[in-house]
Amino acid sequence: MTEFEPKIVAFVCNWCTYAGADLTGTSRIKYAQNVKIIRFPCTGRIDFMLLLKAFGEGADGIIVSGCHPNDCHYTSGNFHARRRWIMFRGLLDLLGIDIRRIQYSWVSAAEGAKWADIVNSTVKTIRELGPYTDYAKVAGYLEKEVKE
Amino acid sequence: MSKIGVFICHCGENISSTVDVVRVAEETGKLEGVEFSTDYKYMCSDPGQTIIKQTIKEKGLTGVVVAACSPRMHEPTFRKACQEAGLNPYMCEMSNLREHCSWVHDKSEATTQKAIDLVRTLVEKVKLNKPLYPIKVPVTKTALVLGGGIAGIQASLDIANAGHKVILVEKDPSIGGHMSQLSETFPTLDCSQCILTPRMVEVAQHPNITLWTYAELEKLEGFIGNFKATIRKKAKSIDENICNGCGHCTTKCPTKKIPSEFNTGLGTRTAIYVPFPQAVPNKPVIDKDNCTYYQKGKCKICEKLCPTGAIRFDQQDELVELEVGAVVIATGFNVMQPSGFPEYGYGKYKDVITGLQFERLASASGPTLGEIRRPSDGKIPEKIVFVACAGSRDPAKGIPYCSKICCMYTAKHAMLYQHKVHGGKSYIFYMDIRAAGKNYEEFVRRAIVDDEVNYIRGRVSKVYEENGKLIVKGVDTLLNAKPVEIEADMVVLASAAVANPGAEELAQKMHVSYDSYNFFSEAHPKLKPVETNTAGIFLAGACQAPKDIPETVSQASGAASKVIILFSQNELSREPVVAVVNRSAPPVYSTCVGCFMCASACPYQAIGEELITDRKGNVIKRVAKVNPGLCQGCGTCVAFCRSKSIDIDGYSNEQMYSEVMALLNND
Repeated sequence: MTEFEPKIVAFVCNWCTYAGADLTGTSRIKYAQNVKIIRFPCTGRIDFMLLLKAFGEGADGIIVSGCHPNDCHYTSGNFHARRRWIMFRGLLDLLGIDIRRIQYSWVSAAEGAKWADIVNSTVKTIRELGPYTDYAKVAGYLEKEVKE
Repeated sequence: MSKIGVFICHCGENISSTVDVVRVAEETGKLEGVEFSTDYKYMCSDPGQTIIKQTIKEKGLTGVVVAACSPRMHEPTFRKACQEAGLNPYMCEMSNLREHCSWVHDKSEATTQKAIDLVRTLVEKVKLNKPLYPIKVPVTKTALVLGGGIAGIQASLDIANAGHKVILVEKDPSIGGHMSQLSETFPTLDCSQCILTPRMVEVAQHPNITLWTYAELEKLEGFIGNFKATIRKKAKSIDENICNGCGHCTTKCPTKKIPSEFNTGLGTRTAIYVPFPQAVPNKPVIDKDNCTYYQKGKCKICEKLCPTGAIRFDQQDELVELEVGAVVIATGFNVMQPSGFPEYGYGKYKDVITGLQFERLASASGPTLGEIRRPSDGKIPEKIVFVACAGSRDPAKGIPYCSKICCMYTAKHAMLYQHKVHGGKSYIFYMDIRAAGKNYEEFVRRAIVDDEVNYIRGRVSKVYEENGKLIVKGVDTLLNAKPVEIEADMVVLASAAVANPGAEELAQKMHVSYDSYNFFSEAHPKLKPVETNTAGIFLAGACQAPKDIPETVSQASGAASKVIILFSQNELSREPVVAVVNRSAPPVYSTCVGCFMCASACPYQAIGEELITDRKGNVIKRVAKVNPGLCQGCGTCVAFCRSKSIDIDGYSNEQMYSEVMALLNND
C-alpha cells in the first residue's frame, strides 16, 4: 500500500510568504510536493469561505500565511486576517470541523527555511491525521439541515 | 470562448532538470480552453518572447500563462511582451515552476504532477481575467531623504542637481554621519573630513535642498508619487535664523562633562553644543536631558551670554506635513557594543576600545588631536592588538553575517598606528582577510609588507589586565594551533556593524520590509538593489547592509537616479489592481447595502460613499465607492464584504474560487 499523500493548499500573501517561498527556492531548500501555493495580495484578502471551498473540493489540509504583525505591506491586512482566523477557528470547531488541519502562520520574505519547515511539519501532521473524509459527512449534514 | 496559450520555460536546466517540461506542456495543452502549449529553453530571452508574441498574433490568444520563474521576477517582462503583441498585459499570468517547484523538489513523477497542477490553476484563473488599464496619478516632484550621512548627502545632491526639490532630514544636530567621525579612509588614506565636509557645505547651500537637522520622520502615508510625510522637528531651543554660530554659549555652558557622541565617549561636550567644529549647520542645540535649566529650573547662562538673543527655552517640537513623491532611506548603521563578549574586557578595561573609538583617536579633530594615546593614562601604546570579527561571523554570540568593512579598516588602523607611533608593534588577530575591492588586497599587502603589521590567524580567547598591561591570549592556527600571548598596551575590537536601534520601527512606519537583522530589504537582491518592495521608496547605504564608502556612494547615486526617473514624468501609471464596488441595472443598481464595513477595514481611507439618484435627483441608494487613486489593492475590504458587492480586479472572488477548484481537481 502506498503512503497517503495529502493534498494541501497554501493561501499566502504576495509580499511576505510568497517571497519567503521564493527564497526557499533560491536557497534550494527541499520540501514535500504536497503543498501548492495560491497567491493573494494580502492575507487580509483571504475570505475564509475559500478555505471551506478548498475542503469541499477535497483538500486534506490548509496553510494560511502572511507577514508578521506590523510588517504588513498594507499596514493592517494581516491583523484583520488574524482576527478573522480567531473568530473562524472557534466557529469551525463548533461545526465539528477539524481545525488541526489548518495551519496559520507568519513567514517573512527573509524566512525561506521557515517556510520549508512549515510545509514539512504540516504535511507530517496531515499525514498522521489521514484523508479528510469527515468533511464530506459534515458538509452533507449541513446541506440536509439547510434543505429542511 | 477562451483561447489560452501556455508557455513552459526550461529556465536553462533550472526547471527541466527536475520537471518533465514536455509532459507539462502536453498535459496542459489538453485543458479546456487551451489553444496552444509549448516549451522552450529560455522563455524570457528574446526568441522566447518572440514565440509568445507570434503565437498571440497567429492564434488570436485571449490569455497567456507563462510557467517559469517567480512572477515577482519576470511578471512585468512577460506582461510587456503580451502588450507588444496587442494583448492586454493583465491577461497574462505566471505560474511559478522554478522557486515553488523545480528548485524545492527532487526529480520525480510527483514533481511533474505538481507542475501540471500549478499551471492548470493559473489557466483557470486567466480564463476569468479581464483587461485592465493603468491608473494615472500625478507625481509630486519633491524627494524626501532620510539620513544625512554620506549616502543621504550624495542622494540629495544628485536629485537636487537634476533640478528637483529635496528635503533632507537628519536626526542628529549635524549632517555628516559616521563618515565625519572617520580619520582616514582606505585604500587611499585620504582624510575623511577633507572629502566629506565640502559636500556637507554644498548640501547646506544648494538652492534645491532644504536641510532639517535634529528632525525625524513621524509618519508616512500615501503611495508612490503622492506620499504625505509628517516630520518632527525636535526643539533645538535656539532660533536658527538669529543664531550666528559664534559659540560663546558652548564655551561658557557649566555642564561640561557629558560624554560626546561624536567622539564615541572619548571626549566630553557641553549641554548646549555643536557636535563637532565642522558641523553643518554650525549652530548649537540644547540637550534637554543634560541641561541644568531644563533639569533643575535654574541657569540660563547661555541666554544671558548670547549676543544675538537666539536662545529659546520655550521652543516646542514642531510637526510639519510634507507632500513628497519619493523617499530615499539612508539612515545608516550602528556599531555593536562588544559588551556581550566579556572575554575581550570591553567596558571593564579602559584601554579596550572599539574600531570607531580608534578612528576618533587617530583623527586630527579627535580628543587627542590625532595622537594615538591610551584612554586610561594618555600614554602612547608600544604594543597594540587588533581583534577582527569581534561579533561578526559569530552565530553563537554575535551576528552570523560578515560586517564587510572591518578587514579593511583594521588594516588601515594598524597602518595608521605604525605611521604615527614609530617603533610600535601591532598585531591583528583575524579569521580570514576579506579584501575584495579595487586596490583593497594591495592595501592589505602594504600593511603586512611595508608597515610590518603582524597578522595572526586565530581567535582571541581572553584579555585581562596585569601590571598595567593588557594580556591578550589567543591562538595561532597556522602554527599548529600554538597558543599566543601578547602583552599589549591597547586592544582595538573591530566590532560588528549592525542595524540602527530604530530601524525596525522606521521600517514599520514606512511599510518596507526588513530582514532578521533589521537591515532594510531591497526589492530584489540582484536586479533591484536600491528599490524596496514599496514603490517610490528607495534605499541607499548601510541601512540595507554593511557597506564601505565607495559602495554607499554608488548606491546613493543609484537611488537618486531612480528618483530622477520617477520625477521625469508628470503622470505615473499605477497598477490597476484595485477594488471595485459592483453596479448593475435598475432596480438593483448595486448589491451593496451600504453597511460600510469595507470603509472601516480599509487601511488607506480609499472607500467613500456614493449616492445613486434617479433622473430627478432623488436618492435611491447609498453605496460604497472606491477611490482608485488611493486604493492599493490589498483586498481586505473584499473579504469583509457581507453581500459580496466589492471585488478586486486581478484577484476577484471568481478567480480565486476557480483557482482553488482547479488546484484540487486533478483526477
